Amino acid sequence: MSRPKAVSKPGARVSTRRSAATRPAVVGVLLTAGLLASIAAAVTIGSADLSVPDVIGSIAAHLGIGQSPLDTLRDGIVWELRLPRILTAACVGAGLALSGAVMQALTRNQLADPYLLGLSSGASLGAVSVLLLGVAVLLPVAAFAGALAALAVTLGLAGALGRITPTRTVLAGVAVSSLAGAITSFVIFWSVTGDSYRQILGWLLGSLSGARWPAVAIAGIALLVVGVPIALSGRVLDAFAFGDTTASSLGVPVQAVRWVLLGGTALLTGAMVSVSGAIGFVGLVLPHAVRLLTGPGHRALLPLAALVGAVFLVWADTLARSLFDPRELPVGIVTALIGAPVFALLLARRRSEA
Amino acid sequence: MRARGITVRAGAATLVDDASFEAPAGALTALLGPNGAGKSTLLRAVAGVERPASGSVEHDDADLLAMPRRRRARVLALIEQEAATELPLTVRAVVGLGRTPHETLLGGRDPDATAAIDEAMAVAGVAGFASRDITSLSGGERQRVMLARALAQQPRILVLDEPTNHLDIAAQLEVLDVLADLAAAGTTVVVALHDLTLAAAHAQHVVVMAHGRVVASGPTGETLTPELLREVYGVQAQWSTNPLTGAPLLAVARVSRPGPTGSGS
Repeated sequence: MSRPKAVSKPGARVSTRRSAATRPAVVGVLLTAGLLASIAAAVTIGSADLSVPDVIGSIAAHLGIGQSPLDTLRDGIVWELRLPRILTAACVGAGLALSGAVMQALTRNQLADPYLLGLSSGASLGAVSVLLLGVAVLLPVAAFAGALAALAVTLGLAGALGRITPTRTVLAGVAVSSLAGAITSFVIFWSVTGDSYRQILGWLLGSLSGARWPAVAIAGIALLVVGVPIALSGRVLDAFAFGDTTASSLGVPVQAVRWVLLGGTALLTGAMVSVSGAIGFVGLVLPHAVRLLTGPGHRALLPLAALVGAVFLVWADTLARSLFDPRELPVGIVTALIGAPVFALLLARRRSEA
Repeated sequence: MRARGITVRAGAATLVDDASFEAPAGALTALLGPNGAGKSTLLRAVAGVERPASGSVEHDDADLLAMPRRRRARVLALIEQEAATELPLTVRAVVGLGRTPHETLLGGRDPDATAAIDEAMAVAGVAGFASRDITSLSGGERQRVMLARALAQQPRILVLDEPTNHLDIAAQLEVLDVLADLAAAGTTVVVALHDLTLAAAHAQHVVVMAHGRVVASGPTGETLTPELLREVYGVQAQWSTNPLTGAPLLAVARVSRPGPTGSGS
């Protein structure tokens, strides 16, 4: 225990600082580049063969730079079908992974995912109402309304149980999920016929096949307005590491931060579910994978989880639409098929480290 | 620092009753009292973590309890009893948490962070294991990291709740030596202790609590009289000199069975 300010091993300290501060930044730059490359590459993949320069030329033309090198049909495939779908995948992946990381921190539960408060089952109920009962609203609107209604019932129930605490909220979310799931199943069982069955199933499993520019707008605005501030709140979540008392003594308004983050992730998740259905495993698994890369600090974890989520879902969706071309898989099946074994691997690796 | 009339209630129970005390700058102030006397609650109230029913904490002509919490966290740092985490953060990252009140909520840049963190780690003697994982450290090392985290806040007042709990005797003495040095350098240090001998040897100033009330406070030698200690702790005590250091030594023992008249507690 030394009082003098001179430090024994300055070299060692400089190197730790570098690895603590610079590495996540490097990873972030690489991931951003990887995301852009993934988007460009994914647009070229599909039944109509396109090259990367053609795709970039077409996109540039739509942004007002030069002439599109493609004919009208292929240009339409790039601009009206593939690009909006891929951008939606990127936004949804980022939003879900970010929400998952925040939920895991807020509930101090490694198994938490963005759907913990009943959001996905509420959204499913809203969507099913549109698809089967002929409720005359747009699907994303109904799904978002369903997600928010589920959240409201969850919070109401948690409040009715006493003072609203995170644990009570999660328990109430589980109850609301089960209820909404049961009603959804009942509606499907009662009224589904022929073709609508596949459409419903696609939505329940999570699918981006219907994503056009309006979906990009919904997911993109949610990510920008709600997601970006959440992604920057990592330092505050770190301050929670030693419990509420220490966080409070560090000047963090503990309760307010907790509710703002909970509400923010709920809004973000609701927006994502409304355009894509309930895509599983992204919010649960990816934060764990990123922790292996950058350590447990939330300051790096949150933005990097968002980037990894975006890259992951772009490729998962590309697989979903090209694997059995011309038939499409719901992307939720692909994320589950990849996510479950990866999750098992991560658990095994953590166990061997411990 | 001067705490005035602090009262903390939980439901119908009064945990701290109209507690007032002074902690002089440049001195180590020990908060003493039997288990359940209300030491932790009083410290939490002084730190603004627990909202008292009434009372104020004056420092530099301002009431700390009336300040916004972020500003208060730049003046006063609290090390709570047995703060633990499951997150395997590096020592440097944990110490960096002390910069939280100097940043905006969304983590805006803090130009003094690196210098403050380096200095805090050097003073607390944790620079040698800056990149180790906090969950892999011994109790004494972890306590020094928590101390470094508090020092990174660059506080004028440092409040610690039984920081020597569960530490072996060498680690206890180390922690108290660092606290004494900090106090000598001008920081106001308030530390709850339950080891009377340790407190008597290291604190220049003591505050004694019993049943939620402050029953005595003042310079250590004048305040910790055998009468007071018999009253509060039910022990007999006598001042002498530590043969190793020449410092005042408070010897304590159980009150002998056929003891003199007087009330224990």
